[in-house]
Amino acid sequence: MATTPKKPVARLEVKKTYKLYINGAFPRSESGRVYEILTSKGVSVANPSLASRKDLRDAVVAARAAQSGWAKATAYNRGQILYRIAEMLEGRAEQLATEISLATGVSSKKAHDEVLAAIDRWVWMAGWSDKLSAAFGATNPVSGPYYNFTIPEPQGVIAVAPAESFLAFIDAIAPAIVSGNTVVALVPGSAAIAAMTFAEVLATSDLPAGVVNILTGSHDELAPWAASHMDIDGFDISGISKKKRADLKVAGAENLKRIHHFEGALSPTRIYAFMETKTVWHPIGV
Amino acid sequence: MSFYGIVDGSESSLKHFLAQLPGVDQVGAEARAAMLATRSIKTSSKRWAIDTAISMVDLTTLEGADTAGKVRALCSKAVRPDPTDSTVPSVGAVCVYNDMVAIARTHLDSIGGEHVPVAAVSTAFPSGRASMEVKIQDTQDAIDSGAAEIDMVIDRGAFLSGQFGLVFDEIVKIREVCGDRAHLKVIFETGELVTYDNVRKASYLAMLAGADFIKTSTGKVAPAATPPVVLVMLEAVRDFYSMTNHRIGVKPAGGIRNTKDAIKQLVLVNETAGPEWLTPELFRIGASALLNDLLMQRMKMDDGYYASPNYVTID
Repeated sequence: MATTPKKPVARLEVKKTYKLYINGAFPRSESGRVYEILTSKGVSVANPSLASRKDLRDAVVAARAAQSGWAKATAYNRGQILYRIAEMLEGRAEQLATEISLATGVSSKKAHDEVLAAIDRWVWMAGWSDKLSAAFGATNPVSGPYYNFTIPEPQGVIAVAPAESFLAFIDAIAPAIVSGNTVVALVPGSAAIAAMTFAEVLATSDLPAGVVNILTGSHDELAPWAASHMDIDGFDISGISKKKRADLKVAGAENLKRIHHFEGALSPTRIYAFMETKTVWHPIGV
Repeated sequence: MSFYGIVDGSESSLKHFLAQLPGVDQVGAEARAAMLATRSIKTSSKRWAIDTAISMVDLTTLEGADTAGKVRALCSKAVRPDPTDSTVPSVGAVCVYNDMVAIARTHLDSIGGEHVPVAAVSTAFPSGRASMEVKIQDTQDAIDSGAAEIDMVIDRGAFLSGQFGLVFDEIVKIREVCGDRAHLKVIFETGELVTYDNVRKASYLAMLAGADFIKTSTGKVAPAATPPVVLVMLEAVRDFYSMTNHRIGVKPAGGIRNTKDAIKQLVLVNETAGPEWLTPELFRIGASALLNDLLMQRMKMDDGYYASPNYVTID
C-alpha cells in the first residue's frame, strides 16, 4: 500500500549550462574547463566556461571572417540591428536583473537600474551608426582643384576586456561594433552570466554570426594572448588594472595594435577610437 | 602483358581480381579515421609535422582565371614559402594546368627552384570527358613542356558502369606516354565513386595499371579527401606493397585547408601505411590555402603569439 507523501516532491530545476558564444554558436570551451560563481554567502550560482587561448584563436578567426560583411552593411542597417538588440534586451530585462543581483550581490533594484541604463546606452549607441561620417568625417579645404574628403572607417577586429559588470560590458561592445568592427569580448568572473544571456539576445537579433564573440573566464589568462595576437587590430583594456596595462601595450606593439583604456562617461569618441580615417582626393570638374 | 603478375590486363582478369577484394567495413573505417583524428601532436613533434607537411604540399592553382603572373608568384612561393625565413622547406611540387607548365618550369629554374617539380593535370581534367587521342596528346604536350608529374583523371562514368578494362587501358596508355620522363598520379574523384568499396577497387585498378601515385580528387567535387577515403587508399598501398614489394604513393587533394587537417593526414599515413610513406616521394597533399595556414602555425611556434593572414600572401 503506497503512502501519499504529505508534501509534493519539489520540482527538479532545469539548470542552464553556460557556454561560450563564438561565430553565432554556443560551444563549450575547447579546454573543457569551467569555473564557479558563488554568492557572497558562498552559494553556487553557476559554472560558466573558462575560455582558453584556443577559444580566443577560434573567436578571432570568426570575427575576422565576419568583419568585411558587417562593415559593408549600410550604416542604416547596422543601426537597425543594434536597435533590434535593444528590443530583445528589453524583453529580457527581468532575467538580466535577477542574474546580476544573484551573481554580484547588489540589490534587485540596483541591478534593475543597471540593466535599464545598459539598454538606454545601447540604443543611444545604435543611433550613432549613420552619424559617424558626419561627426568624424570632413570635407577639407585644399589648395588645388580637388575635393578632399576624410572618411572614417572601422578598424577591423577589436578585442575588449571590460570590467566585471554588465554595464561595462555593454559600454565596451556597443561602440566597437556600431562602426562596423567585429568584437571578441573577454568577460571576467561574475559578469559571465549576464553576458551569456546577452549572447542569447544577440543570437536572436539578426546580428550576423561572428560580429560579437563572447569568451568568459579570466583576463589574466586571455588578455596577454589577445594583446599579442597579430590578427586583432584594437584592444579596449578598460577592465584591466593599471599595473597590468603596460605589459599588454608592449605585447600589442608588434602589429601596432591600438590599445585604449576608457574612463568616465560614455562618449562617441569611444567609437572613433577604433576607427581609421581614409583621405580621398577627387578632381573638381571631371 | 603482365601487370605485377597479378592480372593480364583483360576485362575478365580485372573483374576476377577486383571481385575477390574484400569489402570495406564502412563503420569501421570511419571510426578508425575518427579515432586517429583525435591524436594530439604538440611542440617539437608538431614542428616536425608542419615542416614535413610543407615539403609534401603540391601547391596548386587550377582556376579558369589563372594567369602567367599568378603561376609565377605561386612558383616563387613554392621555392621559398616564407621569404622571411630560409629554414622553411620548399614544397613538394607546383601543380598547374597544361598550358602553364612551361611558364612554371622556366620561372622555377630562373629562381633556383630546379628541385621543385612541376605537376600537370592531364587527360581532360577535371571531367576526363575526351577521346583517348586527346588525352594522350594532352599528356604528351605537358611532358614536352617540362612536367615531371602527370595527374590524370580516370573515366568515372566507365568505372561506375563496370567497364574496368576501359579505365585500366587508359591508365596503361598514359603510363606509356609518361615512360621514365614523368611520374603518374591517378585521380579517382572519390566524391563521384560514392562507396569505399569503389575507392578500394579503383586503387588496385590504378596500381596494377602502373600508377606511381593514387590521388583522391580533383578538388572540383565535394566531398574530396575525407579521412576515411584516405585511410582506405593507404590500406590499399600497404597491402599492395606486401603483394608486390612496390611502394605506391598517395595524394589526398581537396578540402585539406588547415594545419590540423594536414597533421591528421600525417597521423593516418603513419598509422596505416607506415612511417616509410612519410616522405614527399610517397605522400603529397594537394592544396592551395593549406600552405598559408601551415606558415602561420609555424610563425606562432617561433614567435609565441598568434599570427595574422596579413603576413602571408593571398595566393
